Amino acid sequence: MQNLTVTELSAELSRGAISSVELTRACLDRIGRLNPELNAFITVCEESALAQAAAADRARAEGDERPLLGIPLAHKDIFCTRDTHTTCGSRILQDFLPPYDATVVEKLRQAGTVMLGKTNMDEFAMGSSNESSYFGAVGNPHDPGRVPGGSSGGSAAAVAAGLSPMATGTDTGGSIRQPASFCGITGFKPSYGRVSRWGMIAFASSLDQAGTLTRSAADAALMMQAMAGLDPRDSTSVDRPVEDYAGALGKPVNGLRVGVPRPHFAKGLSPGVERGIHAALAELERAGAILIDIDLPNNHLSVPAYYVVAPAEASANLSRYDGVRYGYRCESPADLEDLYTRTRSEGFGDEVKRRILVGTYALSAGYYDAYYRKAQRIRRLIRQDFIDAFRQVDVIAGPTSPHVAFPHGAKADPVEMYLEDIFTIAVNLAGLPGISVPAGFEEGLPFGLQIIGPDFGEALVLNVAHQFQQLTDWHKRLPETAAQAETGEN
Amino acid sequence: MKKSEIDKVATLARLRVSPAEADEVTARIGEILAMIDQMQAVDTTGVEPLAHPLDAVQRLRADEVTEADRRDELLALAPSNRNGLFVVPKVIDP
Repeated sequence: MQNLTVTELSAELSRGAISSVELTRACLDRIGRLNPELNAFITVCEESALAQAAAADRARAEGDERPLLGIPLAHKDIFCTRDTHTTCGSRILQDFLPPYDATVVEKLRQAGTVMLGKTNMDEFAMGSSNESSYFGAVGNPHDPGRVPGGSSGGSAAAVAAGLSPMATGTDTGGSIRQPASFCGITGFKPSYGRVSRWGMIAFASSLDQAGTLTRSAADAALMMQAMAGLDPRDSTSVDRPVEDYAGALGKPVNGLRVGVPRPHFAKGLSPGVERGIHAALAELERAGAILIDIDLPNNHLSVPAYYVVAPAEASANLSRYDGVRYGYRCESPADLEDLYTRTRSEGFGDEVKRRILVGTYALSAGYYDAYYRKAQRIRRLIRQDFIDAFRQVDVIAGPTSPHVAFPHGAKADPVEMYLEDIFTIAVNLAGLPGISVPAGFEEGLPFGLQIIGPDFGEALVLNVAHQFQQLTDWHKRLPETAAQAETGEN
Repeated sequence: MKKSEIDKVATLARLRVSPAEADEVTARIGEILAMIDQMQAVDTTGVEPLAHPLDAVQRLRADEVTEADRRDELLALAPSNRNGLFVVPKVIDP
């Protein structure tokens, strides 16, 4: 049961082969068994999940046939959940109980889903390995000695290990796509503005976007249908109609123009990933897609520009954690300055502090033009590269990450960690939709193919990913931990 | 970046960098800034800064109260509150 996709589970629920309570209980059992090793969940909501599942079963008995009714899911712990702990992976929010639900949480609840719990993540979504979490590192289900990627590492591990059939994530510089690549699942980041950010704890507001972690592109389409849309509470959410994502999944790739930025593959791509990506592209070509070499001349500037824009926005966003209104407060502050400074110094971890310092520096008097303005100008160049490329191609395809998951502790140097996101960051700077789909294995570890679309090309990207999953079965190869646990069940 | 600059930036950000970690923090930030400095090699004369991927402008709405009054509920989240106020250490000497 844990190996089924949302689409398959929905059919099983619909024909009455299983109930949502049975499915939810199976997920909770599996979390109980595998989470001690994986540490994918920070909070598990057993009681409320079973109550929601029972309610879904009652609704179904009365004829309710919504596709996500009774399907369990996990939310990244960056989404506010009313009266349920929301930590953002940080000590500073360790005991925070939000007084409201994020729009994404509310919409998925209204779609009939069952919330299993909240997943582990890099602190404030700042990281590419899930190692910066105050609640400990997460194991990759394919090899628990390795990282699941980040920052949505807990969500990716939970879906890959069969703890949950689907999960939410957020992606500021690759935080959905890179962990999806490392864990062998499908991770979708929509266009900036497609999904509401209300109630999603802010990291870098001009880059943050909510998305999905699932076992197939068809599942991502189902989740996106429930999540997307204008939200008056988020002034940056976009007022344009939501396409029928599931309905757009039937179009073959014959004649599809796929841009391939080959010049960028060369640097630091591991041999197995390089071979696998070329094989994946050849697969699309065999199905009738037309591969066109393209150049994204400013792509190499995306990491430097991002590490000004994102920390600058983070330094402003995280100024709200002051020990006064909510969250952690230090013991016996001597005065107000001491309260602010000690609360923040004790409450934030090293990586978060580093980024606040870099951002504060970049925005400080005398440096603003040289750093922040400069990065914004380069951001324009990076976006323009994509606009130019999409004049001659429909989608762009390439690797999600330069290599497969690395061992815990392997990347202690921050700059080395930042370069992990070399293939994903430009997409956030440009605000485009992107997906990572499993495309092969190197030494037993999965890696993903990234497919990037033009502004609001969600339906297009999801369909191309779905078509790729009709041609290949990489997305069906589950990690060994999942397979082993499976033999102990019926 | 010099250690004195780190102190200034840390003060602006209300963070404390202890003397024991000052060298490490300064070195790490220095490496990050060196990576960022790759930007300076690019001529961006005449390029408009991009603040938002869609160049969107702030959507306006009528200035009407739409939220319910949840003062007590929100105040209860504070580490310390009294008489409907947030409590902090004394800021004015008598």
